[in-house]
Amino acid sequence: MQAFAVATLNGVSYGLLLFMLSAGLTLIFSMLGVLNFAHASFYMLGAYLGYSIAAHAGFGFALLWAPLVAGGVGAALERTLLRRARVNGPLHELLLTFGVAYLLAEFVKLVWGLGSVSIALPPMLDGPLMTWGDATFSRYRAFMMMVSVGTLGALYALLRTSRTGLVLRAALTHARAVESLGHDVARIGTWVFAIGTGLAALAGVIGAPLAVVEPGMAEAVGSIVFVVVIVGGLGSIGGAFAASLLIGCVQTWAVGTTASLGGLLHTVGVRLPSAWAALTVAQAAPLVPYALLIAMLAWRPRGLFGRRESDA
Amino acid sequence: MRKPTAARIRADIAQGRHLGAASRWAAGAALLAAPLFFVHDSWIFGYLAQAAAMIVLALSYNLLLGETGLLSFGHAAFAGLGAFAAAHWFNRGGIALPWLPLAGGCAGAVCGALFGAIATRRAGTAFAMITLGIGELVAAAVWTLPEGFGGAAGVAIDRGSGPAWGAWDFGAPRQAYAVIAVWTALSVAAMFALTRTPLVRIANAVRENAMRVAALGVDPRRIRYAMFVFAAFFAGIAGTLTLIDVELASSESVAMTRSGAVLIATVIGGSSTFFGPVVGALVLTGLSGALAGVSRAWPVYLGLLFVGVVLRWPEGIAGWWCAHRSRVGAFDVRSQGWVYLLGGVAAAAWVGALVIAVESLYALRFAADAGGVWRLGGFAFDLASPATQAVLGGLLVLGVAARWALRATVQAGTRAGGDE
Repeated sequence: MQAFAVATLNGVSYGLLLFMLSAGLTLIFSMLGVLNFAHASFYMLGAYLGYSIAAHAGFGFALLWAPLVAGGVGAALERTLLRRARVNGPLHELLLTFGVAYLLAEFVKLVWGLGSVSIALPPMLDGPLMTWGDATFSRYRAFMMMVSVGTLGALYALLRTSRTGLVLRAALTHARAVESLGHDVARIGTWVFAIGTGLAALAGVIGAPLAVVEPGMAEAVGSIVFVVVIVGGLGSIGGAFAASLLIGCVQTWAVGTTASLGGLLHTVGVRLPSAWAALTVAQAAPLVPYALLIAMLAWRPRGLFGRRESDA
Repeated sequence: MRKPTAARIRADIAQGRHLGAASRWAAGAALLAAPLFFVHDSWIFGYLAQAAAMIVLALSYNLLLGETGLLSFGHAAFAGLGAFAAAHWFNRGGIALPWLPLAGGCAGAVCGALFGAIATRRAGTAFAMITLGIGELVAAAVWTLPEGFGGAAGVAIDRGSGPAWGAWDFGAPRQAYAVIAVWTALSVAAMFALTRTPLVRIANAVRENAMRVAALGVDPRRIRYAMFVFAAFFAGIAGTLTLIDVELASSESVAMTRSGAVLIATVIGGSSTFFGPVVGALVLTGLSGALAGVSRAWPVYLGLLFVGVVLRWPEGIAGWWCAHRSRVGAFDVRSQGWVYLLGGVAAAAWVGALVIAVESLYALRFAADAGGVWRLGGFAFDLASPATQAVLGGLLVLGVAARWALRATVQAGTRAGGDE
């Protein structure tokens, strides 16, 4: 039971990390109408920048500067390349972000090398926070949850209470009307792109001490984040939140269990060949998000909270 | 100067199109068949087979991207699943090698019918992400599932072990290539014929405006589904052609990198013309064959080419070529000579500068033991040395100057044309 509670807490902290990524992705999608395929590359860039900055100036500085730098890169990308691709239609925007993801992976290999690097935890955050029986919940995971909740709370407050947030929310849904009121919607779009990529980079920095920082990490996380936004419903922040926590928890539980497929199906009364029965749920954990995606789409094509858009 | 009238251009194009189309098909068939008589090295056959399989895969991909406007990130899944099914069928015995691509294609189509039922309920971005999920699911399943995919080793076949046709047992590279070439020709012709059917015409309409097609009483989802199954069928054929070439179906054949490669090939070649993906497949296999051995940085060039094509030539290399051919046809070649010369100089200077910069950077990063210097013949480029920096600067300035002169020439030409 304690193990399950800790696994749930771990799952929630992973889910919050996923939500930081998917929230930025959803904001960008709502504002610019393009799903940023390079989003996970900014997560990776954040992790690597965090590694370099932390090595020179400490982890605290990395938390602040890596998202700022990555957000700046994101804004520059939107201003220069993405705007030029937009002329040729939304398909070309998606293709461009695909190309950027490809190039960013090469860039990271060029600058930081092919091997993996790791960020050392600050001593204050190292060690267990609480211990229940044999299950421990680490201090760093609690810190991770705190940072994600704090950032997302601040973002929510900004969007809901400030005047800037009001204009931004209006621009998400009624861009033409906001433009005719004298606001520069193109600049708002750049800001949204910068905020989204900055959030991804922050997720990269706080996730880096627990993950392996290597050039393949963007691909590994990227497809899960895209699964999250589809399961939650494209363009819905609430859906992204629910789907992030769902996938975070389900995947963490799957990794943590010792149950095997044969054992699970035996209780239902199905017998499997021995090779399949020996397959543990933990081994099949990488399949879980994608299986969930397929199940979700078969049941509800628009996702959890998606609006009805049959062709988009 | 011969003044082009609209009618004359149209007549020229109509005349040229029939001749051009016939000669293009003949040239393509001859190119496919020629290696059978002139080539004696097995590695060349392997390389050509790789290109042929990529051509079929890219054309099948274009049934989705170009014809129906569906961007798929998981197309290799169907090629790979087709190859796995074909490999198992072949190892069970009883099927001659030349029939194998048909078996692989049918397996691909069955998988396409299964996954397509879910994926094609949506279009646009959602479709792209669902196919990404399907691609990842299949790639992860091949690693994880204990039976059917052979784990890390894959499923191997011995292509010479099947029933022989007379003296042909298809074990030799030349005989295997003959099978691959025939199937490539058949698939290309079949897909070309398919693009002339009403189904694909309606698919074009779905690409342009699904809402209107729905208003006409045709369900866009059914059209997308049909196109998805066709694309998966030809992808299965392409996957089996690769299987015949390398005699192995492995996790690599369903990998996301392969889905990315076919996407890159199709976009670089151009998705708006039928033969664009063929060009793209040839460019991609040519680059990966020629550059990968020479330069560690070749993915960078590929990525830059891709981004450049997306930004500058949305119709791809084939679209760019067609536009320029009609420009040369409509205007006098001599008046365009300067324009192309200056454009060529600018492009060459910038590409030169780019190559020097990238190669020296990679040498600095990855070949530090060799002094971090990129050697090309008798020249050595070191980013820290003033000589290299001067060469880089010179090339950049040359490129800018040529580009500036080009713009001036074109503007002068437009003004003169306007005065006439």
